[in-house]
Amino acid sequence: MRVEVTINGQPVAADVEDRMLLVHYVRDVAGLRATNVGCDTTSCGACTLLLDGESVKSCTLLAAQADGREVTTVEGLAGPDGELHPVQQRFHEEHALQCGFCTPGMVLALVSLLRENPRPTEAQIRSGLEGNLCRCTGYHNIVRAALAAAEVAR
Amino acid sequence: MIPAPFRYQRAATVSEALDLAAEGGEDATFLAGGHSLLPLMKLRLALPEVVIDIGRIAGLSYIRVQNGGISIGALTRHHDLEHSGLLARELPLLAAAAGRVGDPQVRHRGTIGGSLAHADPASDLPAVLLALDATLVAIGPRGSREIAAADFFTGTFETALEPGELLTGIRVPRPASPGWSFQKFTKRAIDWAIVGVAVQGGSVALVNMGEIPLRAAATERALAGGASPREAAALAAEGTRPVADINASRDYRQHLARVLTARALAEARSGHPRRKS
Repeated sequence: MRVEVTINGQPVAADVEDRMLLVHYVRDVAGLRATNVGCDTTSCGACTLLLDGESVKSCTLLAAQADGREVTTVEGLAGPDGELHPVQQRFHEEHALQCGFCTPGMVLALVSLLRENPRPTEAQIRSGLEGNLCRCTGYHNIVRAALAAAEVAR
Repeated sequence: MIPAPFRYQRAATVSEALDLAAEGGEDATFLAGGHSLLPLMKLRLALPEVVIDIGRIAGLSYIRVQNGGISIGALTRHHDLEHSGLLARELPLLAAAAGRVGDPQVRHRGTIGGSLAHADPASDLPAVLLALDATLVAIGPRGSREIAAADFFTGTFETALEPGELLTGIRVPRPASPGWSFQKFTKRAIDWAIVGVAVQGGSVALVNMGEIPLRAAATERALAGGASPREAAALAAEGTRPVADINASRDYRQHLARVLTARALAEARSGHPRRKS
């Protein structure tokens, strides 16, 4: 079927199998490889991206469900001049990544969280990241970065 | 993991969804948020030939006061239940339980109707709606009908819905007694409940203590007869035959049911600390 998605502000259109998952559309059709497939079972959050501004796990959506909608991947967060999004900047400053595999999903989960709740407590950040696993277990710096990004957002 | 091939169809209205379902027959299935169905399709435990996407039908996502109770559209997402001011006032049990389904990403997609129609014994909302004495509204080729939550769940992944029938809404009466609690025991935050307990007033319902959500009938009878919460909670596992699996033996689940029921009854009685999230 024909699936048209606006990804990071750019229209993408392709004829794909009805069963194609959104994460494969983003990676293989649009060629944006930052969105990772981790567990492939809606658990780990590595495939998190924004659908109409809200965090979702793209291994558990059909591309067809995103037809006509807007997707943001981590490639689309920085400004046109390359200026990092505050969440990305704080991840850099707080060393909030080790191997980096979970990072795109973590960043997008936090962007979504801060849109819904610009002044989260540490507990709210931790529960807001329940859907994202870091197998390096680098959670403390991720939470530090999130708290710092929330300060900037204020 | 990629689902087996199927034909994707999108319904814009309820009547279109019913027509597509009638055409597709037994090989067709409805897709709402997809967070119960797609994982099963990826594991090829579900092999529908036709998937009818009802996720964009307008007018099936709402929470409102109606006829003295609360009416909820089947496509209302867990996220919307969790953050509804109306539910926080009227049905805080449902808002709190919805806020503990999966994780934020799952709650952005999963719907109350999808969760109920999927009828996984480990899912939270079926037991919550059982404790709340909810009525489910379904529409099919022969018109619309109401099904009590107590009659809706018939087995693991099985409901009273007929083929081609679509769950459209849920009606919940205003609780007679305000005390409530939702307790859920999981290994990781995002996991399905190993056991869960929903309490509203003197109603106690159990998650994952059998093939369908169950009332803790002996506990409810004891409470009605004036037993203390501790005495009543000791009866929570009576008559249950929960599954034994990788997470828990039958005995351990029964133990959890008693412990969680005791906590739930204590919390329902004492009131709630401010919600953490």
